[in-house]
Amino acid sequence: MTKSLSARPRPGFATFEPEPRRDYLDADGEIDFVALQASPDFQRLRRRAVRFALPATVLFLVWYLTYVLLSAYAPGFMSQPVFGAVNVGLLFGMLQFVSTVVITLLYGRYAKRRVDPEVDAVRALVDQR
Amino acid sequence: MNPTNQALNISVFAVFVLITLYIVYRASSRNVTQSDYYAAGSSFTGGQNGMALAGDFLSAASFLGISGAIAVTGYDGFLYSIGWVVAWLMGLMLIAERLRNTGRYTLGDVLAFRMRQRPVRAAAANATLVISLFYMIAQMAGAGGLIALLLDVHDRTAQAAVIAIVGLIMLFYVLVGGMKGTTWVQIIKAVLLILCVTMITVFLLGKFGFNLSAILRGAAERSPLGEAVLSPGAKYGATDTTKLDFISLALALVLGTASLPHVLMRFYTVPNAREARRSVSWAIWLMATFYLCTLVIGFGAMALVGPEAIANAPGGENSAAPLLAFRVGGTVLLGIVAAVAFATILAVVAGLTITASASFAHDVYANVIKRGKADTRSEVRVARITAVVIGVLSIIGGIAANGQNVAFLVALAFAIAASANLSTILYSLFWKRFNTRGTLWAMYGGLISSLVLIAFSPAVSGTPDSIIPTVDFHWFPLSNPGLVSIPLSFLFGFLGTILSRQPADERKQAEMEVRSLTGIGSGLR
Repeated sequence: MTKSLSARPRPGFATFEPEPRRDYLDADGEIDFVALQASPDFQRLRRRAVRFALPATVLFLVWYLTYVLLSAYAPGFMSQPVFGAVNVGLLFGMLQFVSTVVITLLYGRYAKRRVDPEVDAVRALVDQR
Repeated sequence: MNPTNQALNISVFAVFVLITLYIVYRASSRNVTQSDYYAAGSSFTGGQNGMALAGDFLSAASFLGISGAIAVTGYDGFLYSIGWVVAWLMGLMLIAERLRNTGRYTLGDVLAFRMRQRPVRAAAANATLVISLFYMIAQMAGAGGLIALLLDVHDRTAQAAVIAIVGLIMLFYVLVGGMKGTTWVQIIKAVLLILCVTMITVFLLGKFGFNLSAILRGAAERSPLGEAVLSPGAKYGATDTTKLDFISLALALVLGTASLPHVLMRFYTVPNAREARRSVSWAIWLMATFYLCTLVIGFGAMALVGPEAIANAPGGENSAAPLLAFRVGGTVLLGIVAAVAFATILAVVAGLTITASASFAHDVYANVIKRGKADTRSEVRVARITAVVIGVLSIIGGIAANGQNVAFLVALAFAIAASANLSTILYSLFWKRFNTRGTLWAMYGGLISSLVLIAFSPAVSGTPDSIIPTVDFHWFPLSNPGLVSIPLSFLFGFLGTILSRQPADERKQAEMEVRSLTGIGSGLR
């Protein structure tokens, strides 16, 4: 963030710094998306954007399908009582709710701390803040 | 049911309609551009939009259908609740933010971004229209059964008249209010619905001494199936085929949610990706609360009303929640539940209509027919005309389908959505090589295979529960096609891409990827 800020003085100011970097703009001054896509800042953003989401998606799908398959093919296991009238199946069902809410909270926190700053950094490269 | 209670039902519902009509009218002052009409000028906050997402998603099938399914089959009905909550994680982590950054008004905006515009937009519009109509007819057909139960109207003509009135009010919301008015209707409805189920749940829990086990035991004692209702298998455990059907349904539920066009469209009514993320988080909290309540309401209805009384009531399974409301809160609570159920149908149908009309006007009219050269006014005019046509179609379809099995139609819409849209969305966001032919094969492959499998499934013919019970032309054993058609659409998309000599447009791919993650180039923020 700081690096990109100092590298790009605001146009119209008389400064002794060199011309604004034009790495991510093409000849017409339009954004060069291919170059931007290849930039280390964007690559870092891309890695971070999937680092949590992909494993978490696989995890919740596997956990959900485990629940479904156990319900279909292991009804005996699922009907073992755990406490009171609540059996393993109902408990797992309710735990699906818990895991969903937990993943939602963790993702929100991760995105805010680890992804959003990277988005701002990439946007700063082309002066979109 | 006695007449006073009927008058109460109607007046509670009338109050809801009057308030929402007023709000829609107030919200309609500026509804001239596409952005206003389709996306409410992207002016809603994450919290507001999260409530509207809940309002759009929690249909009559969720409220009446699930609590009824749990009240009659117990555990197996609970699958719907779980699938529909868990499914939102896909929307949250993979789709919402990227869709918001990439597109403007419709799914076609995203899918056609780096492909050939016209064929891909036409395909996206076709899928959107088919899914929305399926879903809408299911909702309208549900209205018929509700009317019989709640207003005590048993005459088919009178039911048809009420369905038509519901359809006309809905059209007014859409035509006058556009997306902004419709969003406010969704917000009000979501608040009412969630308050209502939470209230009933707390009341029920109180009745059983805040002991979930007591409710479950009461339910098992009352049910002819006994303890079996607490374990899997009461509905789907009979044979290997029914077990596969259970898995197929489970897949359609979890993969279909984030592929429904009216849910996808809701990601555009917020100003940026962070608000889109926030709105899905809000929606997940609301849904988790709502669907946990359906567990208590379903088993509560089983314990207090009894599965036999529910099955024999007009409206069948769908009557579980209203009968329970009558049992615990008398006519007043029944009136409120009835009104909320109507509001639910009304709001969901409005959301579907605006989505379908936007898709036709923006994708087909403006981009396919006019090749992107339509002016704002005529595009919005076309959207309004389409809304009227779709509204009329859904009224006719609803009257024709009145009395049909509703829950299955909704689950089918999910299967079609997951088959036609999910593979295409994920491929175009995450697979560099994906190209126009892959997109078309995935969309049409998923759409057509799911429709064909449904047509030749036991849901349509050959069993006593079918739409056409008297004829038998089914050869596909499962009632829900998801297990076959969803993987098939992924396969079609893959084959179409690698069998096409045309390489993906690298520049557009770069632009789409950068834009989907950062919003650069979309003019957002």
